[in-house]
Amino acid sequence: MIRVRELRKHYQVHERAPGVGAAFRSLFRRKYKTVAAVDGIAFDIAAGERVGFLGPNGAGKTTTLKVLAGLLHPTSGEVRVDDHEPRRREDAFLRKIMLVLGQKQQLLWDLPPSDTFELNRAVYDVPHDQYAETMRELSELLELGDLVKKPTRTLSLGERMKCELAAALVHRPRVLFLDEPTIGLDVSMQATVRDFIERYNKRYDATILLTSHYMEDVQRLCPRVIVIDKGKLVHDGPLEELVAKIRPDKRVSLRFSRPVDRGDLAAFGTVVRHDAGESVLDVHKDEVNGVLSRALATLPVSDLTVENPPLEEVMSELFARGREGR
Amino acid sequence: MSLRSSARALPTLLRVGAYEALAYRGEMIVWMLATTMPLVMLALWVAVAQDAPVGRYGQPQFVAYFLATFVVRQLTGAWVFYTMNFEIRDGTLSMRLLRPVHPLLAYTAESIASMPLRIVVSIPVAVLSLVIVGSGAVTHDPALWVLWAVSITGAWLISLCVNFVVGCTAFFAESSMKFMDAWLVFYFVLSGYLVPIDLFPPALRAVVDWLPFRYQIGFPVEIMTGALTLHQAAALLARQWMWVLIGAGATSVLWRRGLRQFAAYGG
Repeated sequence: MIRVRELRKHYQVHERAPGVGAAFRSLFRRKYKTVAAVDGIAFDIAAGERVGFLGPNGAGKTTTLKVLAGLLHPTSGEVRVDDHEPRRREDAFLRKIMLVLGQKQQLLWDLPPSDTFELNRAVYDVPHDQYAETMRELSELLELGDLVKKPTRTLSLGERMKCELAAALVHRPRVLFLDEPTIGLDVSMQATVRDFIERYNKRYDATILLTSHYMEDVQRLCPRVIVIDKGKLVHDGPLEELVAKIRPDKRVSLRFSRPVDRGDLAAFGTVVRHDAGESVLDVHKDEVNGVLSRALATLPVSDLTVENPPLEEVMSELFARGREGR
Repeated sequence: MSLRSSARALPTLLRVGAYEALAYRGEMIVWMLATTMPLVMLALWVAVAQDAPVGRYGQPQFVAYFLATFVVRQLTGAWVFYTMNFEIRDGTLSMRLLRPVHPLLAYTAESIASMPLRIVVSIPVAVLSLVIVGSGAVTHDPALWVLWAVSITGAWLISLCVNFVVGCTAFFAESSMKFMDAWLVFYFVLSGYLVPIDLFPPALRAVVDWLPFRYQIGFPVEIMTGALTLHQAAALLARQWMWVLIGAGATSVLWRRGLRQFAAYGG
């Protein structure tokens, strides 16, 4: 469905030192610097896949999504989305895709969302019966209710995002690019949006490429993740594989029936947190079985859990490594 | 986007544009009041012509000219450069580019959609003009009225293209607002908006005849007030539409080049 080869997007950025003198000089002689926002990335995404697109701020994620949606012309490289070249923005292409930007909106600010829905019905040439069915479905899944009749400017951020998603899906796009779709939403609204995205993917076999700084979104929605940093691809594969690569440890939580000294735990792994009744250790994944047997045999363990380390920590470590390499 | 699907979407674009115009009706009425400069000029020139006519203009001719100018201005106004400038700089244009409707068509529809509200204001002024100056102040030739309708369309298209061209400069410059300010200086002076063009010195008039400004205001007003013969009007109409084509060509080139370097900021 999506094929990207050696994609590069470079910007010419005007540079000016602070101060009046520099401002005056820049009137006559401007300095430009080339910024490689995306620097030779390649990947393929199959139809119906849900892929997380991760990276620190300024890594090139949104730029890549905008190239894939046809908003930006690549500097070089090959990009195909369902056999279309996005930068040509052909009608047939635009009818198959949608990009939802968490911080930009397509809803008409002073009119109710229902007017934007109707506008999209007309511009995407959606048959009336299909439109009615889609709106019924979206309204139910997103619990839109009377929101669609209130002027957009009066809606809360969460309500607006629900309507934004509905507006984006009026034409049932087969490829959905989601850039921070849950940004700024409260926990319950994030869960609603996540749930909705998953259902939409399953119902229409839609291909979804999603960026988010909320790791919960990625864990819940994306079996595969692509990580870019400084415009370069640093990982493409299952989420588990990324976690295993960056943090080959498992997080073991032990609860004790009587107090245990911190010193007694050092032999089992790296102590992350400890109080008398409970400890959290990082243990290399190959040693987990042995450590658990020894702990059960020698410590007053009343309960234990073994998990992957939190994704936030994994990503922080990955990006920190990237910064050290700069 | 294909012509057929554009045509199908057009009624909805116009309807939603009209809803927006109504949502901003207060702002729109303030804007319309801000275009009452011809009425100020009317008072000024009527005072000047109190003792003797100025050129071919006595007091009734000035009244007819400036009331016609007000009507033409209402019917040919376009301000989409403001929205374009904002949307290009802010990156909101992205949302338009994602839809299978050419953004310039969407801007055009929004501009047309505000027209009914302006016509509502123009009609009383037109009626008032007829009452004040009598029906003799406007042409009675039906052929000239046909040319007037074409010239109003041409004048609006030139204004729209100027808006597009100036709006497109936001792709290349940090803001396009100052370009419009510069354009408006020439527009006010050379279009016949403040001074009828036949009062210009002959040398300046010869230059103005080849510039686009006259064709935005003065030319339709001259047809309307019977200042031109059918032959003269037809010849000037050709020049007006030459400017429409030049404007459309410049818009097309700047839009395509601009999109290539659109940075789609934000998001």
